[in-house]
Amino acid sequence: MTLAGGIIVLCFLAIALLGPILVTQDPIAQDLGHRLTGPSREHPFGLDSLGRDVFSRVINGTRISVVSGAAVVTVATIFGVAAGMLAGWSGGWWDEALMRITDMFLAFPSLVLAMAISAILRPNLTNALLAIAVTSWPAYARIARAQVLALRARTYIEAARAQGATDAVILLRHLIPNAVAPILVQSSLDVGNIILTTAGLSFIGFGAQPPTPEWGLMVSEGRRFLMDQWWISTFPALAILFLVLGFNLLGDGVRDLLDPRLRKLA
Amino acid sequence: MNLLRYVARRAALTVFVLFGVTLITFVISHVVPADPVVAYLGEHAPPALVEKVRHQIGLDRPLPVQYAYYLRDLFHGNLGISIMDNRPVNQDLRQYLPATIELSTAAILVAIVIGIPTGTISALHKDRWPDQIARVFALGGTSLPVFYVALLLLGLLYSRWGVLPGPGQLGIYTQTPPHITGMVAVDALLSGDWDALRDALRHLVLPAFVLGYYSAGLITRMTRGSLLEVLRQDYVRTARAKGVGEQRVVLRHALRNALLPTVTVIGLTYGSLLSGAVLTETIFSWPGLGRYATNSVTNVDIPAVLGATLVIAIIYSGANLFVDILYAYLDPQIRYT
Repeated sequence: MTLAGGIIVLCFLAIALLGPILVTQDPIAQDLGHRLTGPSREHPFGLDSLGRDVFSRVINGTRISVVSGAAVVTVATIFGVAAGMLAGWSGGWWDEALMRITDMFLAFPSLVLAMAISAILRPNLTNALLAIAVTSWPAYARIARAQVLALRARTYIEAARAQGATDAVILLRHLIPNAVAPILVQSSLDVGNIILTTAGLSFIGFGAQPPTPEWGLMVSEGRRFLMDQWWISTFPALAILFLVLGFNLLGDGVRDLLDPRLRKLA
Repeated sequence: MNLLRYVARRAALTVFVLFGVTLITFVISHVVPADPVVAYLGEHAPPALVEKVRHQIGLDRPLPVQYAYYLRDLFHGNLGISIMDNRPVNQDLRQYLPATIELSTAAILVAIVIGIPTGTISALHKDRWPDQIARVFALGGTSLPVFYVALLLLGLLYSRWGVLPGPGQLGIYTQTPPHITGMVAVDALLSGDWDALRDALRHLVLPAFVLGYYSAGLITRMTRGSLLEVLRQDYVRTARAKGVGEQRVVLRHALRNALLPTVTVIGLTYGSLLSGAVLTETIFSWPGLGRYATNSVTNVDIPAVLGATLVIAIIYSGANLFVDILYAYLDPQIRYT
């Protein structure tokens, strides 16, 4: 199952990377004379309400979704792990403060906070991703902190100290590599949700703006035609389904792979 | 530490977190790029007037003072005036909150009713075909975009096949039952209006299912995993060795312990329910908090947006607190950490 997930994700990654080569038509070029045409050899996924080629838009959207997921996870991980490690290592007041701050951010469902932020700033994809990152980092901070607390009492840390290693060195060379496992699990499980949230935000109009070929936005643009010209909304939705499914399978596999190891370590 | 002390500690923590939540919403509201006074008075307002109004509203005071005023207003239930409908925001919220609670509760029930039995069957028939099918559904459920499923089901079941009623809480011809709780189905039940009750329930089915299937997937996976874990334990083997019937073993011994993590998951999915409600309510024209929040953002109605965000955060925190207390009640070991 993990293998299937991995393959799916790799396919999407490949599509994302090769995007411009695979695209057969210009994704924003309109052909109003042929709008709402069904799938054909020339347009495998049909044309949308403005005569744009759905296939090319879905392909282009792959890049957007993959980059969105990666960007948010990266930012959230870097910020969260840094904060969590510092808190766990320093202990005391810093630790308490961080825990309370993460609690506060965790009190907001991500979509809701993203909406509030996009009401304040202009609604576009970048702001939406920023907002989602803001709600994602607390989870990583907590994991990193827990790992630091668990590992700092280990003998090899003591040994490193005895050898004269500074705090920074211990953090970087010993703690981070050993804390990577659960963080990896969390991020692979998170990416799917982030992609769904981004698509959801774009669907209601607070994420990517037209004419960007973002999948959620495409589903929204095709809503009125769902019963008759089903291809406009359905293909982007299927793309979302398979990409998220791929990441979920991958995440499950990563977790199954690393968890028994973690349990043996503990 | 006994249960009461644990509850007190967690409740105090939640209160503290809620203060933090108000701080976050306050900060967000003051990061508005446009000057709200200028927006209110119009671009050509003379600077003297702008300053005067700014002083009147209190926007020229130092930020901590403004925050104090903000908190004071909150305590009196004053969340400002909505720009959209010129009503106090708390009045808006009071009108729309019951509908969301009705929908979320129905969705959670759907999720539990589908999730726990499916997860149980899945665990008991591990790796055989019921398990495989259930796992596919559960995994698919957490990967599908909810807005598409809502559109698809609404289109097929309502537009094309006419099996279920369309968007909204009640049909156009059904009279709204008297306002007791604000939740239409509950009010119909309480006032004995069976026609309205039937209509309300029929309108509730689809949105509740759409909102709930994601959580159903999560609960299925959680129940399956945790039950498998529990069935491996020694005390289960002991019970079987003693000759206890299999059904009793599963129901009385295994399931009770396996459900503990599931309880936590239910609390966590409440948050995703509130998020998902935003999308679902918009598609089903459900007059709830989610749709209110969406409209507020579209109209850049800052007081309404922040009011709705605040309330949603409060509900979510409350749900988590409840789940934590429930978990501590069910599993005494937790209270000692």
